[in-house]
Amino acid sequence: MTGGKPLIATPAQTVGPFFHFGLTREPRGRMVDAAPEGEMLRLSIRVFDGETQPVNDAMVELWHDGAFGRMPTGADGACEFEMRAPRPKQNPPQLPHTNVCLFARGLLRHVFTRMYFAHPAQLADDPVLALVAEDRRRTLLAEQDGSDPGRWTFEIHLQGTRETVFFDL
Amino acid sequence: MSGPRDLEGTQPPLLYPPYQSTIRRAPAQPLIRLPEHLSALDEPVYGWWPLGATDNDLTRQHQDEPQGQRIIVAGRVLDEDGRAVPGALLEIWQANAAGRYRHANDDHPAPLDPNFTGAGRAITDADGRYEFTTIKPGAYPWRNHENAWRPAHIHFSVFGTSFRTRLVTQMYFPDDPMFPYDPIFQSIRDERARQRLVSRFDLGLTRPEWALGFSFDIVLRGEHATPFEGRV
Repeated sequence: MTGGKPLIATPAQTVGPFFHFGLTREPRGRMVDAAPEGEMLRLSIRVFDGETQPVNDAMVELWHDGAFGRMPTGADGACEFEMRAPRPKQNPPQLPHTNVCLFARGLLRHVFTRMYFAHPAQLADDPVLALVAEDRRRTLLAEQDGSDPGRWTFEIHLQGTRETVFFDL
Repeated sequence: MSGPRDLEGTQPPLLYPPYQSTIRRAPAQPLIRLPEHLSALDEPVYGWWPLGATDNDLTRQHQDEPQGQRIIVAGRVLDEDGRAVPGALLEIWQANAAGRYRHANDDHPAPLDPNFTGAGRAITDADGRYEFTTIKPGAYPWRNHENAWRPAHIHFSVFGTSFRTRLVTQMYFPDDPMFPYDPIFQSIRDERARQRLVSRFDLGLTRPEWALGFSFDIVLRGEHATPFEGRV
């Protein structure tokens, strides 16, 4: 059909501001896990634009270990998840992390990043973080609450001095 | 910001100033290429809701029929080698015939239709086929620039086999006179890639005395990066 030549993939287009009734009518903040084991944690993700204003019309998707979650951000740019802690990866070894897809008005295609659950001192040990300039690695770290160890926060900055590292697949 | 995923203009750039919302939201730093052997891409997606009987028929989700031109939108989901992608979840959402979304933040002064929500879902069959019945959405104004109107479109979200193939896009209708003025459509520089977003009127899909048919095939990125050269 294509004479052996690969097809051009369909281009992405922005999710726009009005996706909620189509994509997040049934919010999935509690991630379904194929193999439930490991501690439960609560995670709050906040998204900011280049002027550090909360992005209140974004959609965050999380993927790890066969589990999936998807939430819209609210007025404060935040969305909440409950999930099992991701497991460390093998072959080659990688620190525990969750894959993050971010969609929003103003993003013509979605962007992809990783959220790590690790101690800042460990970061050089991870082969993906090793690709990232040292002063930007911490943008990929979820932060554990000092008084409630089951609670984590993660900030995504689309631009600015704290711009999150985004990856190209 | 150009990067490997721009693939010579076949995907939109992140920063595209004619679409003003990109200016404060497009990441400014170059993306970091994630080597294939470090990204576990074969993660299955679990726990989809079961599909309901009217999920792929947006004209039968309420007591009565919605206003507007009834249409059938159907096609196949393929990978870059032209192979069918079975079991792909498609979710669509759209404005009603008057160009109004059922969304609290849509303040366009056009009527809502009590018989139209505008959201649907389908899963591709063994040949990668899907089909929706809906009504043709209206164009609507937005505030990106003076007298800005979006060409009529249906939003599509597609899950293929992994998050590498994840796609959110928009389907347009043939020969829309608003194409030249729409920065979201024009953000795709490559003409052939842009045409991938435009459905085709299909008399074969059209049901006599009932509904117009439009065919729209979707090509998902491959599991493996392949060079741009020689794509069709």
